Amino acid sequence: MEMLVYLIPISLFLGGLGLAAFFWALRSRQYDDPEGDGQRFLNDDWDDHPKP
Amino acid sequence: MAVAPPTRPMVCGACAVTPAAETLAARKAPTDARVMLSLPTIRCAGCISAVERGLNAMPDVRSARVNLTLKRVSIDGAPDLTAGAAIDALERLGYEAHELDPGILSATETDRAGRDILMRLAVAGFAAMNVMLLSVAIWSGAADATRDLFHWISAAIALPTIAFSGQPFFRNAWAALSVRRLNMDVPISLAILLAGGMSLFETMQSGHHAYFDAALSLTFFLLAGRYLDHRTRAVARSAAEELAALEVPRALKMTADGPQEVAIAALAVGDVVQVRPGGRVPVDGIITTGQSEIDRSLLTGESLPVFAGGGDAVSAGEVNLTGPLEVRVTAAGEDSSLHRMADLVAVAESTRNRYTSLADRAAGIYAPGVHLLSLFAFIGWMIISGGDVRLALNIAVAVLIITCPCALGLAVPAVTTAASGRLFKRGMLIKDGTALERLAEVDTVVFDKTGTLTLGAPEPTNLDQHSNRHLQVALALAAQSAHPLAEALTKTARRGGITPARVTDIREEPGYGVAGTWQGQTVRFGRAAWLGATPGDATAAWLRIGDADPVEFTFSDSLRPGAAKAVADLRAQGKSVHLLSGDAAGPVADLATRLEIADWQAGVLPSEKAAFVQSLSDAGARVLMVGDGLNDTAALSAAHVSISPASALDAARVASDIVLLGSDLSPLGDAMITAKRATRRIKENFTIAALYNMIAIPIALVGLATPLAAALAMSASSITVSLNALRLR
Repeated sequence: MEMLVYLIPISLFLGGLGLAAFFWALRSRQYDDPEGDGQRFLNDDWDDHPKP
Repeated sequence: MAVAPPTRPMVCGACAVTPAAETLAARKAPTDARVMLSLPTIRCAGCISAVERGLNAMPDVRSARVNLTLKRVSIDGAPDLTAGAAIDALERLGYEAHELDPGILSATETDRAGRDILMRLAVAGFAAMNVMLLSVAIWSGAADATRDLFHWISAAIALPTIAFSGQPFFRNAWAALSVRRLNMDVPISLAILLAGGMSLFETMQSGHHAYFDAALSLTFFLLAGRYLDHRTRAVARSAAEELAALEVPRALKMTADGPQEVAIAALAVGDVVQVRPGGRVPVDGIITTGQSEIDRSLLTGESLPVFAGGGDAVSAGEVNLTGPLEVRVTAAGEDSSLHRMADLVAVAESTRNRYTSLADRAAGIYAPGVHLLSLFAFIGWMIISGGDVRLALNIAVAVLIITCPCALGLAVPAVTTAASGRLFKRGMLIKDGTALERLAEVDTVVFDKTGTLTLGAPEPTNLDQHSNRHLQVALALAAQSAHPLAEALTKTARRGGITPARVTDIREEPGYGVAGTWQGQTVRFGRAAWLGATPGDATAAWLRIGDADPVEFTFSDSLRPGAAKAVADLRAQGKSVHLLSGDAAGPVADLATRLEIADWQAGVLPSEKAAFVQSLSDAGARVLMVGDGLNDTAALSAAHVSISPASALDAARVASDIVLLGSDLSPLGDAMITAKRATRRIKENFTIAALYNMIAIPIALVGLATPLAAALAMSASSITVSLNALRLR
């Protein structure tokens, strides 16, 4: 049962990390154009070298 | 007979080179130009990169970013970047583009309210998952110190989450209570707050049952419903705003240095504005110079252009057809007849009987019922247990949680989201939340003619009755004019393989027609009165060779694609179909026979249209009005539900509940069926929610409801309701 002392904070921390990541994505407007983002990866403009 | 599709802004190639447009852009944004364009035809990854690459190659463009969801591109660039230049560049690439007014769009660009709900939803989801995990441990038998510890951790997660995520409900509930009314949010807030408070008390007393998980999943599910609701509305609103933003309000003001592009709002009475052929008259005024023909169809519904010359009055919203006009402003902006009509609509809107949606009606029965039931449980158990407040309160809270309208909160939004998504794919935009429910009740459909059932574009009807000689001369003359009748004749004659005669000295007499010389004779093609002919009933242009008798070329309005199918579908569904038009009897009767509409009226005034719709409603009919002109707006707002095409005038689109985005009318019949099915699903969802309650309430009342039972009932009913809604897609 002593494991709970570690496990519960760890699970809360990991969940919180996911929540923070979602907040970041929302604030940096990554949900503004879901359809366009779905299509953009088909674009081969930067296949040979990274976008400068 | 609208010439230019009215939603198309008058963005011309020339704007790119006029200094006026550039100074305007520079004044608006001294350091940076920001241009927004609507791209109705883009749909794939190839289009995105072609558009972005094409725009980024322009020297003035700093960055261009396409938003495929909204079908828009926003361009940041050097101060002298103009929308005209960008539109030209895109047109060369093969993409249709229209300028959007960024001022109108700014409201939807950042969807603050949507992001706010999404953020609260995410927090509630996170907390609900973690607390549920801890609760599973308790349900599977954790006892004593472990249970208390888990309860305390749950409280630490749940209480701040409730305080943050529950705010939309608390705010709405407070707003309703402060005006002494009950809405759905009152039982919701009460259930969330009581569940949280009661559970905290139980935790302090190291009790067995805590409802933290129920309070959180309730918040989560209800926020999900709230977000779906918001999403549907935001999509509709941004598209509606986009339609409005397409009409960039500018006029050409005559100044000492020649015509200058200014905002309509900046015009004053006494100013002189220029209206180019094909342009919309921006103000009410009197013509000072020039003569032309004026298309009034959007204001009055008449399809025949009217002659206008010096001294004649013109009203905002009319379209100038042939010659350039200079108009002295008598009323601009808020005072113009266009605005006065729009104001009339606003008045009609506010007096319109407010429709109570199914959700509101359900809430009206539900909210008081729930409160009474849990009060009854509390009093009942106080008597049975002989005054055990803690037990009685526990049971009352369990009743409140179990009956809480989790499924009810999802029942309507899930269905409307699915239904409006389905209709949006078919080119219909639902502007109003209750429009679908109202559409499902419709039994009578009233159509406007010009611009609604017809495209407002003429088609020659009697070319085969003319000799080849007449046709050749007429074609030679018509080809030199931009008048819609001449253009229609040119197009059809060319398609028929007719070669133009050799006519010399061709000149256009604005407002009258075209004249020239052919084999030594004067030939003229134009208005009946100009050629000495007696005008008939139909829309017509006349040709006169020398002194011979004039011959008539008749035209009729071409049918909007899908109009026949829409009317046939509606009749097959048993609706009674009417046709009301401000146009003359001839063309209206012709159209009515083509579409087999028995019930038609011609020459109807705007107020008579509204009165007709009102009289149908008074007789108990549920009327759907489909119209596009300013003359229809009063009828549109008087009807039970209304639809207008995207080419309709601004005021008409504002007055209607649904906008047809494409030019095709055929989705109309399908929309009726979808609306009916959506309403049926909503009612089914209410039934499902009620069934769950019928099972759960007795269990809660006898005091057997554990937090596990509450969680199961809540999740099961929410998921069934959502799945049932998804069947609509």
